[in-house]
Amino acid sequence: MTHRYVMSVDQGTTSTRCILFDARGRLVSVVQREHQQHFPRPGWVEHDAAEIWRNLARLMPEALTQAGASAEQVVGLGIANQRETTVLWDRRTGAPIGRAVVWQDTRTDRVVEQLAREPGAKRVRELCGLPLATYFSAPKIRWMLDQTPGLQERAERGEVLFGTTESWLIWNLTGGLHITDVTNASRTMLMNLRTLSWDDELLEFFDIPRAMLPEIRSSTEVYGTTTTVVPGIRIAAALGDQQAALFGQTCFAPGEAKCTYGTGSFLLLNTGHTPVLSAHGMLTTVGFKIGDEPAVYALEGSIAVTGSLVQWFRDSLELIGTAPEIETLARTVRDNGGCYIVPAFSGLFAPHWHSEARGVIAGLTSYITKGHLARAVLEATGWQTREVVDAMNADSGLALSTLKVDGGMTANNLLMQIIADVLDVPVVRPMVAETVSLGAAYAAGLSVGYWPDLEGLRRNWHRAGQWLPTMPPPRRAAEYANWRQAVELTFGWMRPTEAARPTGTDIVDVILDDHRRIENLLRELRNDDADRAVVLLELTGQVEAHVAATERILHSPTDIDSDDLENAVLQHIREEESTLLNELRRTLSPSDRTALGRAFTAERGKHLSAQRSP
Amino acid sequence: MPGPIQSIERAAAILRLLARGSGKLGVGEIAESLELAKATAHGILRTLQGVGFVEQDRDTGKYQLGAALLHLGTSYLDVNELRSRAINWADALAARSGEAVRIGSPLDGRVLVVHHVFRPDDSLQTLDVGALLPLHATALGKVLLAYDTTLVAALRGTDIAAYTRRTLSSLTAIKRALAGVREAGWASELGEMTPGEAGIAAPIRGHGGIVVGALGISGAVERLMDSHGSPKATLLGHVRDAARAVSRDLGASRW
Ligand SMILES: Nc1ncnc2c1ncn2[C@@H]1O[C@H](COP(=O)(O)OP(=O)(O)OP(=O)(O)O)[C@@H](O)[C@H]1O
Ligand SMILES: [Mg+2]
Repeated sequence: MTHRYVMSVDQGTTSTRCILFDARGRLVSVVQREHQQHFPRPGWVEHDAAEIWRNLARLMPEALTQAGASAEQVVGLGIANQRETTVLWDRRTGAPIGRAVVWQDTRTDRVVEQLAREPGAKRVRELCGLPLATYFSAPKIRWMLDQTPGLQERAERGEVLFGTTESWLIWNLTGGLHITDVTNASRTMLMNLRTLSWDDELLEFFDIPRAMLPEIRSSTEVYGTTTTVVPGIRIAAALGDQQAALFGQTCFAPGEAKCTYGTGSFLLLNTGHTPVLSAHGMLTTVGFKIGDEPAVYALEGSIAVTGSLVQWFRDSLELIGTAPEIETLARTVRDNGGCYIVPAFSGLFAPHWHSEARGVIAGLTSYITKGHLARAVLEATGWQTREVVDAMNADSGLALSTLKVDGGMTANNLLMQIIADVLDVPVVRPMVAETVSLGAAYAAGLSVGYWPDLEGLRRNWHRAGQWLPTMPPPRRAAEYANWRQAVELTFGWMRPTEAARPTGTDIVDVILDDHRRIENLLRELRNDDADRAVVLLELTGQVEAHVAATERILHSPTDIDSDDLENAVLQHIREEESTLLNELRRTLSPSDRTALGRAFTAERGKHLSAQRSP
Repeated sequence: MPGPIQSIERAAAILRLLARGSGKLGVGEIAESLELAKATAHGILRTLQGVGFVEQDRDTGKYQLGAALLHLGTSYLDVNELRSRAINWADALAARSGEAVRIGSPLDGRVLVVHHVFRPDDSLQTLDVGALLPLHATALGKVLLAYDTTLVAALRGTDIAAYTRRTLSSLTAIKRALAGVREAGWASELGEMTPGEAGIAAPIRGHGGIVVGALGISGAVERLMDSHGSPKATLLGHVRDAARAVSRDLGASRW
């Protein structure tokens, strides 16, 4: 008898996993590869999509080898993926355009702020269920299209394609199928939650060409067959990783919820066939859509930083050698010693949605040791869960009675106990901690008829561990109050005008920044309320410094007619961005560009200070 | 007796070199200082990197002493690390065997339960992570004893408690049983701690094969054992496969 398996791929934020499951939903083999995290500037997080694809190409055969199985034994492949992370690629060559912009990345905070002031902004949430935030794909696409001159036009012609990572991998596995599933599409801000199709009003609001978008398909259906790496495997399901975990936890009925603890943490509550709009900072999202059946919706509480705080503790503070050692360290002390860490590294997500918030360590005294800090790191995950559960309860009008958990952090017993304590409900872990992968496998197996129905899958769910609350209520209340006080300290840290890059960055960015600054002054000149004389002085000064630096550093003769300043300046910007800047991008190495950027900034500064002190 | 092994001497010299001064050296610098061919130095460095004794800086490509050296004194893996690395296979073992799974590591002459997966029947069970079990009366403990002579030595002179009629309660009997465990590569327990309860366990090995813990299932004698009191072959197979899978993930390549 030959065994038959379902293959699942979990393309996550830090790694990609490939797992084979058997008919009872038991893990048969598991292989994993990490990919590099690029942090080119504060707040920026990028992945190399080509590296992710290379990793997958190695993982699929490895998973088969580890199980001693062949491709014919695989009934179908299900893909779960990090959501929102934005990949653009060239339709013809298949090469990624720049690095993928990761969901945690906050570079679009100014884009988002501008968009929020536009008249259409109020409709956005109603149409797509999501608040305007840096987290989602549309602002990231907008930023990428703005960044490279000509890209918008190419996207309009369908030469440049967008996808989240499941689209990217399916494109590569099938040799050119450009699709996404509803759950991933529901995180772009471009899909209408009710019609489940790309929405003209949203496309127009973000000015994103429809031609670059993938076709939206159900979460479970056979999209196509692999033609490379391990050819002949049916790709039978795709879901965002958090939706996959909802499926893997068999939360098929309204009212069922789970929380997955990985890089970030995400609580999803099944709300059945109706999208429920939250009044408490939850997102409305698609939970899954099985074949032709109507979509099932979910409310989601997204927490940006939980496992990644542990990683930061390990990699940036170097207080531990591996993530699990945080438990060992935290157990060296009895409590947090009065210390709280609010990890607003990417602003705060649910339920606050403060993009401008940044992290704090509060309550520091000379008493605090690294053991207390370790505890505060774990407690941060507990309290952030509490805030999200409170908001979810308020929205649903029901009180959560137990919390089903999964993900890498559930291996941490102290953390699980903390969560039970702060929520005051039992915390239950199922038999497969890799629930994201299991969910993708379930969806694929269902899609090809390997499993007949949802009820059969439910019977596979078993409790592997349980933690009961033990914290005395007064202590819980006091600690929660402290936490909330610490959270308030993070609000309003980033001020909108503040946007300076470190000096000496890329010449292209330096010039683009200069152009934006000048454009803003032109805009101010049209403002009736502005002191136009002052603005004009400032504008001519800036233009003069810009022109001088361009001539001295880039040896590019620049002539700006001061009689028709506005048009001359705009024309200069247009020309320089479509010719000189592209030439610099093409011909210079990154380090040369940085060197020039530094020289340009210095030269420009010299002229500006000369204007001020004649 | 053969003479000293040259490559081990060279490896020791490389470690001494890295322990000096700034502690970050390129392969060329190392080869030069020790008058080795660059390829030889590189081969040794790669091996040392494999066991965690040296690390290579991602950006500069230079080598330095590895974190594993700092923890040489504590040869057992951090218990929380062990749980994290084993959790997937422990779950799969519980699902396959239908029994509760535990992982044990030695602590103060006993077995510390590091991880516990419930029996997958959704009955009421409580986590006993953190509990301490006797070494000589449990399958987990016997595995740990079998591969750690200092643990056995520590048993001497202690009061070896007889929990049931079947508990091995003399050092001689224990040692005989441990020889059997080493021979077989697994241990079992048959009503030795609690009447009617049985256990089957196998070693979890780390780099180079060093035993870092024990993984096993436990449950009613009639479910785990055949009529001769030996572990049922399929269950034993599942336990050994799971322990091997964890060991492979921890870098024990030969087991
Ligand atoms: N024992 C532990 N205690 C605390 N944190 C842990 C522990 N083990 C893992 N982590 C954290 O959990 C995260 C890894 O969990 P998991 O693999 O589920 O993450 P993930 O979000 O799925 O990753 P990806 O996004 O790459 O899929 C890491 O951020 C790590 O720091
Ligand atoms: Mg994940």
